[in-house]
Amino acid sequence: MNSDTKSIKKLIIKQPLELDCGKTIKDFSLAYETFGNLNKDKSNAILAFHALTGDQFVTNINPITKREGWWTFAVGAGKAIDTNKYFVICANVLGGCMGTFGPKEIDPETNKIFGTTFPVITIKDMVKAQKFLIDHLGIKKLLAVAGGSMGGMQVLQFVSLYPEMAYSAIPIACSASHSAQNIALNELGRQAIMADPNWKNKNSTPDKGLAVARMAAHITYLSKQGLQEKFGRKLQDKGSLKFSFDADFEIESYLRYQGSAFVDRFDANSYLYITRAMDYFDLEKQFDGNLSNAFKNTNSKFCVISFSSDWLYPTNENKEIVIALNACGANVGFVEINSDKGHDSFLLNVPEFLKTLSEFLNSTYDEINNEKRI
Amino acid sequence: MKKEFKVISQIIQNNKRVLDVGCGDGTLMEYLKINQKNDVRGLEPKKDLVQKCISRGLSVIEGDAEKELIQFPDKSFDYAVLSQTLQAFRYPENVLNQLLRIGKQTIVSIPNFGYWKIRLHLLFKGTMPITKNIPYDWYNTPNLHMCTIQDFVNFCNSKNIKIDKSMCLTNEKISEITSSNMNYKNIFSQLGVFLIK
Repeated sequence: MNSDTKSIKKLIIKQPLELDCGKTIKDFSLAYETFGNLNKDKSNAILAFHALTGDQFVTNINPITKREGWWTFAVGAGKAIDTNKYFVICANVLGGCMGTFGPKEIDPETNKIFGTTFPVITIKDMVKAQKFLIDHLGIKKLLAVAGGSMGGMQVLQFVSLYPEMAYSAIPIACSASHSAQNIALNELGRQAIMADPNWKNKNSTPDKGLAVARMAAHITYLSKQGLQEKFGRKLQDKGSLKFSFDADFEIESYLRYQGSAFVDRFDANSYLYITRAMDYFDLEKQFDGNLSNAFKNTNSKFCVISFSSDWLYPTNENKEIVIALNACGANVGFVEINSDKGHDSFLLNVPEFLKTLSEFLNSTYDEINNEKRI
Repeated sequence: MKKEFKVISQIIQNNKRVLDVGCGDGTLMEYLKINQKNDVRGLEPKKDLVQKCISRGLSVIEGDAEKELIQFPDKSFDYAVLSQTLQAFRYPENVLNQLLRIGKQTIVSIPNFGYWKIRLHLLFKGTMPITKNIPYDWYNTPNLHMCTIQDFVNFCNSKNIKIDKSMCLTNEKISEITSSNMNYKNIFSQLGVFLIK
C-alpha cells in the first residue's frame, strides 16, 4: 500500500493511554483532518468517526489515495454537514493505517514494524485517543458526534464515556454490540488474510488475502436487491459464457476490482486489528448487562438512523439502541430510511437520509444558539 | 393549530414530560415545547412525518404504538397523549393500558360516533357515515373500532379508569361534559377529549 503518509497532519499524544488489553501507550500519533472553520465560541464542531476502512479524509480528494473522501456525499460546503457552517473533525482510528499509531508503524523497542505484535485495541481505546484531540483543539462541547457502522459504535462509546461532551449524537447503521453474524463475517476476512502465504513474509504483503477479505465484506455492504438491479446476470465484455474461471459475470469483475483497489490503500494487519475491535464491542456488557446505563448520564440529543435494506446492521439492532435510550428517558429520535443500497447507504447519495441528517443538525444548532441568546 | 390541540394543550401543565403517540407532523409537540416548555417525545408510524418532526427538532421515534409502547418505563411521562387514533388500533384496549402505564395521566381524544349527523346519516341514507372528522369510505377506513363518547365513558367506568376531566368539541366550540349533560353532549359533540388515569 502507499506509504507516503509524511504530509499527514498528526497530533502526538504525550499522555499515557491505558488500553483495554492492559498495555499502556504514550507518545503516539493520531492523524487527523479538519474541514470548515471553528467559530469563536467553539460551538460548531462536529466529530465524525470513520468506519472500518475509512480514514480522516472525510471529504474532498484524499491526498494519499487520490480518491474522493468516504463521506463526500454528506460533508462539504452546502452539503448535509455543511462545512460553511460547521467545523468537522475526523481522526484516523487507533490501529489504522493512515498516519495514526497502528500495526504498520515501527516498534521503537525492536526497530521493526509492529505487525501482530501491536496491542489489541478496542472501540473504547479509539474513542479515548480521539478525546485527546478534542481537548487539544480546546473544544469543551461538540455540536455533534456522528458516524455510521463502526463510526456509529464510536458515537455510542463516546457519549457513554463523556456524557456531557456532545449536544447531539448521530449513530447511523450500527449496533451496541457486535452480532454473531458480524463476528463471523469479520473472522472470514481475517482468515482470508492469514491464509495468504505472504502474510508472514516480512518483505511482502498479503494482497490476495486482503483482497478476498474486502470482496467478502463488500458483498455484506450491499443489498441483494441492489446487487440484482445493478448487475443481475450481466456478462462482462458482453460476450457469452467462457466456460472458464475468468470473471464471466460483471459482479465478479466488480468485486475483483474492489478487492485489488483496496490493497493499494489499506494495511492487512490494520484490517485484522480494526475488525477485532468491532467484534469486541459490547456496550451492554461494559455497563453490567444493561445498555440503558451507558446513556443514563447523558443529556445529548440522539438521532438514530437505520436503513431498510441494511442486513449487516439491521433496523432491529439500531432499535435496541433506541429502546435503551427510551428506557432511561433520554432525548431520542429514530427513523429508518428506505433505501435499496444496503449498509453502504450511509456513504451514498440517499436524499432522504441526507435531508434528515442536515435538518437534525440545523435544528440542534439553532436550538443551542437560541438558548444562548436567552 | 386545530381546536382539539388547544384543548389538549390547556390540560397539560407547563414544564412537564409529554409523550405524543401518533404525533403526526409534530404540530402539537412543537406548540407544547415552545409555548409550555414541555419536554416532549413522539411516536409516529409514518416515515415522512417522522422525518418532518426530526427536521423541526422534535425527538420522534418511527414505530407502531401497538408494538413500541412496551419499551417505555412505567410512569416515565407526566402525560401520554393519544389524539384521535384509539379507534384505528387493532387492540385499542391494549394500547390504552400501555398509555395508562407509561403516563402518570393520559389524554385521549376520540371522534364521537354518536354525533347527530352520523346518526342521521345512517338512519336516513342507510350507508356508512362520512363526515368531516371521519372522511373515509367503509372499505378504506383506518378506523376499526369507532365508539361514542358514552361508549368511552362506559368503558372507563367498567375498567376502573378514573376520568379526571372530560371535554367536548362542537364546531370549534369547547365545553365540559358532566354527568347531567352527557346524553346531550353525546349527540351534539364531534369530538371527546378525556384526561384519565
